[in-house]
Amino acid sequence: MTSKSLLTEDKRTKARNAAERRFKSYGVAAIAVAMMALAILLTSVIVKGIGAFSQTYVTIDITLPADRLDKEGNRDPAEMAKTTTIGYASVLRDGLIDTLAAAGIETEVSAKDIGDMISKEASATVRNRVLANPDLIGETVNFNLLADGRIDGFFKGRVTMETASRDQNVSPEQLVLAEQMAEVGIIETRINWAFLSLPDASDQRPEAAGLGVAILGSLYMMIVVLVLALPIAVAASIYLEEFAPKNRWTDIIEVNIANLAAVPSIVYGILGLAIFINFMEFNQSSPLVGGLVLTLMTLPTIIISTRAALKSVPPSIRDAALGVGASKMQSVFHHVLPLAAPGILTGTIIGLAQALGETAPLLLIGMVAFVRDYPQAFSDSAGLFGDPSTALPVQIYNWTQRSDPAFVERAQGAIIVLLVFLLIMNAAAIILRRKFERRW
Amino acid sequence: MKDTSMTKNIKISANNIDVYYGDKHAIKDVSVQIEDKTVTAFIGPSGCGKSTFLRCINRMNDTIDIARVTGHIAIDGEDIYDPRVDPVQLRAKVGMVFQKPNPFPKSIYDNVAYGPKIHGLSRNKAELDEIVEKSLRRGALWEEVKDRLHEPGTGLSGGQQQRLCIARAVATEPEVLLMDEPCSALDPIATAQVEELIDELRQSFSVVIVTHSMQQAARVSQKTAFFHLGNMVEYDETDKIFTNPEDPRTESYISGRIG
Repeated sequence: MTSKSLLTEDKRTKARNAAERRFKSYGVAAIAVAMMALAILLTSVIVKGIGAFSQTYVTIDITLPADRLDKEGNRDPAEMAKTTTIGYASVLRDGLIDTLAAAGIETEVSAKDIGDMISKEASATVRNRVLANPDLIGETVNFNLLADGRIDGFFKGRVTMETASRDQNVSPEQLVLAEQMAEVGIIETRINWAFLSLPDASDQRPEAAGLGVAILGSLYMMIVVLVLALPIAVAASIYLEEFAPKNRWTDIIEVNIANLAAVPSIVYGILGLAIFINFMEFNQSSPLVGGLVLTLMTLPTIIISTRAALKSVPPSIRDAALGVGASKMQSVFHHVLPLAAPGILTGTIIGLAQALGETAPLLLIGMVAFVRDYPQAFSDSAGLFGDPSTALPVQIYNWTQRSDPAFVERAQGAIIVLLVFLLIMNAAAIILRRKFERRW
Repeated sequence: MKDTSMTKNIKISANNIDVYYGDKHAIKDVSVQIEDKTVTAFIGPSGCGKSTFLRCINRMNDTIDIARVTGHIAIDGEDIYDPRVDPVQLRAKVGMVFQKPNPFPKSIYDNVAYGPKIHGLSRNKAELDEIVEKSLRRGALWEEVKDRLHEPGTGLSGGQQQRLCIARAVATEPEVLLMDEPCSALDPIATAQVEELIDELRQSFSVVIVTHSMQQAARVSQKTAFFHLGNMVEYDETDKIFTNPEDPRTESYISGRIG
């Protein structure tokens, strides 16, 4: 048999190398598709949602007339409260007309339409400020007021002359006027941090809608989940992994935990509705109930990752501890648990991130309601985390249901906020893991 | 070195020990009397049960769910399988060194101090420092690590790690020291250091060592037991086992015909 040269590939080697190259290219292609999908998703969300972080404001000097806002003339807030926001709206309209005249802008637009360029939310803002400080009456005060959502949309490119001509809520003339106002600085668009702090607003005033209540609600729920799920899950895992006898019962429990992790989240919502609201009579829409439901949903996830972390600690460490006369519990708490901590932390944070983004169970326990009051952590009437609130993902769901396109922008902005929170949590998981691992 | 003339106290007395792992009968009716202040070696081919038997002496087999031990082992006349005996207390009295060096992923100091801490052997930091130094000296490691006591024990070399584990085991002042193939993961130089150490430890402890190496058994031990297929075939003075064994199986093993 003649020996072949090593310098030429034989047929079999060629085929093997080709197979390997093919497989690698499939992998690269798969990753490319995934990256592209991610890029498209992020670009679309950011392009559509970034607008929510800027807002158009009208800056006007208004002389607050005593005869219209304080008819009794005694500056008593209780008396002054009789003047409704409608009364204030006309004051704002007149103030804006005066400001336009002072700036030398002439327009054909009717007084009513000029007034409509200011958000309906603005009159409430001014009223609240006046009631809080009655001495402002009679003074000329500089106000920074929200522009109407359509005007805001015009400066962000969402509303054009062409769409305005078909729109009942805004006319091309108003847009022309808005452009003139922008030239002299009466109207300007700037960064809108209030998006993160304001509560939700009604269908007619998307410009005033914010995520304040939703962020607070999500935060409270995460506190409930962390406080309940982490200790319960870690205790259950340690018992199952280190102490429990390996018999049929623990096998059944193990299988059930794995199954629970796969139960659709809406089922947990039904469970929460039945147990926490109907049976235990906790408040609907409260972060307490939301947190409890999400705790049930997160527990199996944390238990599974904690058990995996405990399993990955080498048995020689347990032997070493038992060998010097440590008790089972000492060996677990002094040696095994610290080594498993990074894995447990990562599992917990990933579980929390999953809970933060969960929508379905919260719909069933009423967190999709329209809530304008900030929930208190503790209130006398509702108890701990008992005030109604919404949560970030349900707020997004809620906004996408509304007809005004300005809410779509709001929803996309809320998605950006949610993604940022998730990114921060996942980054924290990675950083914590690195930090703890370096100690050994 | 081999002082066989005077009779020594019996430290560990094991009678009719059987061990089952599930259905497997791992140790079959083994009885052995282990003397105090002596190095006793267990030799035999892989899977013959010598490590299993060793782990009966400090009840480490308790940690394996399927393991079952019957028979009677007494240390200083006290039955260690008596229901009143807490295995944790027993293991403070019977230290163990494992096959693979397994220092805790903590500092060298904390590795040695851990046992004394959990057993309350020191009243203050100064006493603990003293115990750590004494133990590391007994482990023949002090000179090498005294300047870096607070560096991780896992950063030491294999031989140093094993000596650290020995220091950790002697720090709790045990009366018996069990060693499960302590040199199998070490190079010849580290092995020589550990063997020298074992000879010194004999002054204070009853040492039981499981080894694969017959040369090692001959070098360090005074008594040797030969295990084969779960039976203890022969137990006698080390000299006698290696020069004039009674059982033909022992002879075959030490001359390299089986194993």
